[in-house]
Amino acid sequence: MFIVIGIMFGGIAVGYLFRKVAFLQKTERLISYTILLLLFLLGLSVGGNREIVNNLPSLGGQAFVLAFAGTLGSILAAWGIYHYFFKERKR
Amino acid sequence: MKGSLTVVGFFALGCLLGWGFNQWDITILTDITPYVLYLLMFQVGISIGSDKKLKNILTSIRPQLLLVPLATITGTLSFSALASFLIAQWSVFDCLAVGSGFAYYSLSSILITELREASYGVQLATELGTIALMANIMREIMVLLGAPLFVNYFGRLAPICAGGATTMDTTLPIITRYSGKDLVFMSIFHGILVDLTVPFFVSFFCSF
Repeated sequence: MFIVIGIMFGGIAVGYLFRKVAFLQKTERLISYTILLLLFLLGLSVGGNREIVNNLPSLGGQAFVLAFAGTLGSILAAWGIYHYFFKERKR
Repeated sequence: MKGSLTVVGFFALGCLLGWGFNQWDITILTDITPYVLYLLMFQVGISIGSDKKLKNILTSIRPQLLLVPLATITGTLSFSALASFLIAQWSVFDCLAVGSGFAYYSLSSILITELREASYGVQLATELGTIALMANIMREIMVLLGAPLFVNYFGRLAPICAGGATTMDTTLPIITRYSGKDLVFMSIFHGILVDLTVPFFVSFFCSF
């Protein structure tokens, strides 16, 4: 965990120091390529893992529960703050 | 949407190849994954550090604007913790780590897989990473499909909070359409802020 966060802070420092370098403004695109490569690698280890392939329906069900919970929780919280802090001001 | 299809496509291609290699008993080395992750985190850092808009965003923060990302984070995390009661296999912190992807599936799934490997081993870490990937993709799809419904029943902020870290790119068009054009700035601001929290929350919950 500390390596990952540490490297990110290193990146923030480097990015800030060299923020005038035009090349760095293209990092966003590089990031999406790196993400694609990483997902490809994650796919390789998922597909090559018999246990995961056999468990895919069960993993998908758990994923659905978590996706549903996260979405429901956030829209309820959104409703709360909209009701108490934003509604009167808007209309 | 096109971007998400590419992402799913690359993952699916990897799955297919991995499955094929496994059938033919060819072992593939994915040892480079952690180093590619370090490269990614370095790039994420650079993009945060060199972002010229960041200063403007940080200085334009008003307390009321912060309420929206705060609602997203508390709502998501509290319900993810509740969901852990339904899922016996994983701890509360695992569910919180998956939830704190906030629909940012690519980064969160990779981080979880790598960070959990030390404590859970490759097998369970990859399973949790796969769950994180699917759960966060599903969340994005729920927002893309459910936005009009959310607005109807839970108000105009609901699609923004549900969209999590994606509200400045992939879900922005749908939010503009159903929540109203006047919330575009709030949506972008919300997305950037929640997006920034993902690596912190995920690594925090993976440390338990």
